[in-house]
Amino acid sequence: MNTATTHDAHHEEHQGGLLRWVFTTNHKDIGTLYLLFALLMFIVGGAMAMIIRAELFQPGLQFVDPQFFNSMTTMHALVMIFGAVMPAFVGLANWLIPMMIGAPDMALPRMNNWSFWILPFAFTMLLSTLFMEGGGPAGGWTLYPPLVLQTGNAFPFVIFSIHLMGISSIMGAINVIVTIVNMRAPGMTLMKMPLFVWTWLITAYLLIAVMPVLAGAVTMLLTDRFFDTSFFNAAGGGDPVMFQHIFWFFGHPEVYILILPAFGIVSQIIPTFARKPLFGYSSMVYATASIAFLSFIVWAHHMFTVGMPLAGELFFMYATMLIAVPTGVKVFNWVSTMWKGAMTFETPMLFAVGFVVMFTIGGFSGLMLAIAPVDFQYHDTYFVVAHFHYVLVTGAVFAIMGATYYWLPKWTGHMYDERLGKLHFWLSAIFVNILFFPQHFLGLAGMPRRIPDYSIQFTEFNQISSIGGFAFGLTQLLFVYIVIKTIRGGARATDRVWEGAHGLEWTLPSPPPYHSFQTAPEIK
Amino acid sequence: MWVEKAKRVLTALAGAASMLGGTTASAEYGLNLHRGVTPISHEAYDLHMLIFWVCVAIGVVVFGAMFISIIRHRKSRGHQPAQFHESTTVEIIWTTIPFLILVGMAIPATKALVAMEDTRNSDLSIKVTGYQWKWGYDYIDSGVSFISSLATPRDQIENTAEKGEHYLLEVDKPLVVPVNKKVRLLITSNDVIHAWWVPQLGMKKDAIPGFVNEMWFRIDTEGTYRGQCAELCGKDHGFMPIVVVAKNEQDYNQWLAAQKAASDADAAAAGRDWSKAELMARGEKVYKANCAACHQAGGTGVPGAFPALKGSAVATGPKADHLKLVMNGRPGTAMAAFGGQLNDIEIAAVVTYERNAWGNDTGDMVQPSEVKAAR
Amino acid sequence: MSEAHGGYYIPHGTTWPIIGSIGLTTLLAGAASLLNGASVGSAMMFAGVAIMLLMLFGWFGTVIRESEGGMYNAQVDKSFRWGMAWFIFSEVMFFAAFFGALYYARVLAVPWLGGGDEVTNQMLWNGWQAAWPTNGPADIGGEFETIPAWGIPAINTLLLLSSGVTVTFAHWALKKNNRGALVLWLIATVALGATFLGLQAKEYIHAYHELNLTLGSGIYGSTFFMLTGFHGMHVTIGAIMLTIITLRAMKGHFTPDRHFAFEAVAWYWHFVDVVWLGLFIFVYVL
Ligand code: HEA
Ligand code: HEA
Ligand code: HEC
Ligand code: CUA
Ligand SMILES: [Cu+2]
Repeated sequence: MNTATTHDAHHEEHQGGLLRWVFTTNHKDIGTLYLLFALLMFIVGGAMAMIIRAELFQPGLQFVDPQFFNSMTTMHALVMIFGAVMPAFVGLANWLIPMMIGAPDMALPRMNNWSFWILPFAFTMLLSTLFMEGGGPAGGWTLYPPLVLQTGNAFPFVIFSIHLMGISSIMGAINVIVTIVNMRAPGMTLMKMPLFVWTWLITAYLLIAVMPVLAGAVTMLLTDRFFDTSFFNAAGGGDPVMFQHIFWFFGHPEVYILILPAFGIVSQIIPTFARKPLFGYSSMVYATASIAFLSFIVWAHHMFTVGMPLAGELFFMYATMLIAVPTGVKVFNWVSTMWKGAMTFETPMLFAVGFVVMFTIGGFSGLMLAIAPVDFQYHDTYFVVAHFHYVLVTGAVFAIMGATYYWLPKWTGHMYDERLGKLHFWLSAIFVNILFFPQHFLGLAGMPRRIPDYSIQFTEFNQISSIGGFAFGLTQLLFVYIVIKTIRGGARATDRVWEGAHGLEWTLPSPPPYHSFQTAPEIK
Repeated sequence: MWVEKAKRVLTALAGAASMLGGTTASAEYGLNLHRGVTPISHEAYDLHMLIFWVCVAIGVVVFGAMFISIIRHRKSRGHQPAQFHESTTVEIIWTTIPFLILVGMAIPATKALVAMEDTRNSDLSIKVTGYQWKWGYDYIDSGVSFISSLATPRDQIENTAEKGEHYLLEVDKPLVVPVNKKVRLLITSNDVIHAWWVPQLGMKKDAIPGFVNEMWFRIDTEGTYRGQCAELCGKDHGFMPIVVVAKNEQDYNQWLAAQKAASDADAAAAGRDWSKAELMARGEKVYKANCAACHQAGGTGVPGAFPALKGSAVATGPKADHLKLVMNGRPGTAMAAFGGQLNDIEIAAVVTYERNAWGNDTGDMVQPSEVKAAR
Repeated sequence: MSEAHGGYYIPHGTTWPIIGSIGLTTLLAGAASLLNGASVGSAMMFAGVAIMLLMLFGWFGTVIRESEGGMYNAQVDKSFRWGMAWFIFSEVMFFAAFFGALYYARVLAVPWLGGGDEVTNQMLWNGWQAAWPTNGPADIGGEFETIPAWGIPAINTLLLLSSGVTVTFAHWALKKNNRGALVLWLIATVALGATFLGLQAKEYIHAYHELNLTLGSGIYGSTFFMLTGFHGMHVTIGAIMLTIITLRAMKGHFTPDRHFAFEAVAWYWHFVDVVWLGLFIFVYVL
């Protein structure tokens, strides 16, 4: 591989000032844009969460009125899911997939640019609705009618911004699939691909399968509101619950879209620091595929209380429980990879281990929710909120942070500050549990979700949770600081960076050349 | 003040720690699911505990193995990495065992679910209707019906008064049911989706406009049980409590008779002409309970969301239009049709009130008979 | 500003996507304002459409130039093919949402309202019986008639099916490098598509004016117009793309073994065709 010449080429291409970022077709530039955008949205969504936690610090109404509180809940979720976690994963895919499979770039570079450059517009549109007459959307991120139809002027803007996000995700996913199927270096067979690539391949498939369904669902909301249709109106022969079915047909696969790439990341990190190959590679691939398959037939576990026929409830309960099996296979494989390794615990590994423990806790509460007769008690309480923050924050977000520490030296050519990184991990891990663990108790004791005020018996745990929340939020400032510091300088990173790292990306210099592999590498 | 609070937080934490430590949770801090007062809630509780302990056990094994590895197999201790990385046998084992565990959970879960969904052979049926943001109850067999809304005073919510013991969990008129009877609820909604949930009764069901859902419970102990609307239904979703009072047969029958007498009296009074003072007094009550949530106590509304009635063209314009609007609502907006929720007297009173309060001094009034004619 | 890497063509710097984002956002923000009753909406919408058209011409123009300039190797061609295939899959899933709604309404919601769920029927919609077609228990939109399957819809089915055949003939002609036949068959395909659209428009006018069948005719009207409407929109797009392909064919573009654009449009056209078959069966016949 001739890296010297690429280096030269890359200097002249770096000209063009800020506009370079607007016009770029380079997978690394676009990956960087995605990641920075995700970080920005994480802060915006986090700020909204801080408002939620501040209001819930005490019973009574203190800071915001209930309508605004509801729009904070709604926006927080939309921003975190569609603005922070999904773009972060796409950013990682952009940076890593070409490097991991030995390709010069993504397969469809112009479309790659577009799929990113829709996002800032979509989120400007979404966030601007907070200032419109009648306030932002306040019906929850699940957008259930008829409530969502009561939204003020924000309504069509919210719908269209979701359309935009959908277009962006679909284009991003198409690009990932095409890159993986068509751009692999000779010899890089499917079953040699790193797991991160595999999980993204399957995620991209899920995205293409379900984002259009969400687009259809919100389109029906739009026509019900403005064009007299009766999809979700019983008087006209429709059914409000029909929206929930369509939404969750998208929504459940969506939560696996938010976790499968995280599985991939963890499967890269653990072998590196255990200095031992990933245990059960092929069963990991099959488990991922099984999870994806099952994710299409479990959606109504979000709807156990809507009054489905018994047979439906039973089917969805059984199918949901089944997902624990392939997920368990993954967890067991990770533990077996660590078993008898020679482990060290640099920051990425800390996040990966934290992921395995806390994601599993979130998975356990998920399994409890799957048991329909008890979900009648758990549903729409803070127990559910605790569940999904364990899988989303200590799951998806922790994996993203672990990935950042793991690959940042490769991307920037600088080592991050290991001491600060470890501090960031430990503070995050402690505070996130203070933040979300008590929410299990709140839910079990009977606190409903999406309420701005609560009865006094819930005060203590809410205060603990809020304190944990503020502390967790502040800790993330440290993350921002570490990342900026590493981008700007620091000890030079070697090409391999980590002693135990394997894979094509580590054969490139740090930072890698503008076009990852000018000539296809040889795969042994 | 702060010391007191810190203490409470600490005790709560101690409670949490003891729960994690394995000692039985102290119910006082509300750590765990309620065991409840119905057969259903008991079953849900038992299942909950079963699955919880299964998860704990699996967690102990998985995390145990992991932590042993973390402690023993580290490079700093000079551990050399093994190179094994595949074993079809173990993969099969750890696919099969969890599967069997799940089957073990699914069996009792199925039984419980089948029992919960069986609403046949009930002793009593009550229709429950969700409104933004209150509940309506109709005792189908005895013709008694009323609306139940939040009773916590505004100043407690706005922190200008000390919060009561049942802050946000108190209503003006609770749902009263007999103990040891199978009560069937027929749940629906008038506007958006709500959910009827009382944790102690072990069941939650959505109230869906245009459809009727069924659920049942049989309470075994007399007492007062509190719950809340559990599906986001707009601004005051958090202020839509449910209170169920379970009485013995005799007390229940007495209560029912009293309710019937009161509604008969109202029906009789609807025939006569009411004085303005009477209408205004009743109207203020009705307004506070039904309208103030949106249009505000002072009739000022919320700009951009709910119009002011103070000086509104409708409330000071022709009487007939005003009456019609209140009875039929404005389809497609949050303004519901109150014709079905309020009786003739209440509508007459609230319209009269709106036409004369806050300086709307139109001077006219609406009689219950006029409302009846407009129906 | 572009170069090939190991033979794979990677463009450098592109202005079209950002223009597309601006156009799309202007278009949608305009549409949303219009729906909210703000008069600036329509101007914004038109501006958005104009920008989008500019973008589409520019973007596709660039790609066509590059393609004709021989800058794409077989691997790039394959990327385009995979991309198009997955795009069509996403379209299939978009339609699936509406077919799903139709299925749910017919098989579940309407029967429940009409007595399959006794309490619902008795307490809320007493006396109403499930039927299909229906505008629901509250007779939303008033009484209406439906369009029988064996009139225009059956003719339209034939038209679309034959257009699938003609586009395949065009493909064969292209492979044999018979340019004349290629252009003729393409024109025939466009003509069939246009006739389909004309009949569809006539049918809509008939439905609105004489049958009182509108988007507001309860769940039947909703599913009927949303499904056929989105389908019609896709036929329109397909027909426009076919027209462009025809013009390109006339200009001498495409070779017997390199004609991705042609095939992409043909696939799209077949997809539209298959959706119509689904529509014909589930919306009209059954
Ligand atoms: C990353 C996102 C993510 C992930 C991965 C999951 C994973 C799972 N979720 Fe979760 N879920 C959400 C995000 C996620 N969820 C969100 C956002 C909501 C709320 C949406 C809203 O209403 O706003 C939700 C809500 C939700 C509900 C609805 C609750 C309600 O509203 O009443 C249910 C019910 O079944 C559920 C179940 C599950 C299950 C069974 C899993 C399983 O995949 C978990 C499997 C993992 C394990 C079980 C642990 C590891 C396994 C082993 C160690 C093997 C051995 C184990 C056993 C045999 C027990 N989830
Ligand atoms: C990936 C998704 C994701 C992520 C990352 C998070 C992260 C967080 N979420 Fe949540 N959340 C959801 C997805 C997510 N959430 C969803 C789907 C819902 C359901 C919505 C619905 O009901 O419709 C929800 C709902 C939800 C609720 C329930 C609201 C309700 O029901 O009314 C709460 C309450 O505590 C909450 C809190 C938090 C907190 C404290 C964080 C924290 O982890 C955030 C931490 C991050 C920061 C704070 C930002 C970075 C730091 C700074 C900018 C420094 C400055 C900090 C300070 C000033 C303190 N979230
Ligand atoms: C859930 C919120 C809500 C409740 C409760 C409510 N209203 Fe309204 N009301 C509205 C909204 C929203 C409108 C504006 C409707 C529109 O956009 O035309 C409205 C409009 C009105 C108007 C017309 C005002 C005008 O100037 O256009 C009157 C009169 C009125 N309501 C009376 C009442 C009465 C009487 C009650 C109680 C018995 C009540 N409302 C309860 C939300 C509510
Ligand atoms: Cu009613 Cu929430
Ligand atoms: Cu789910």
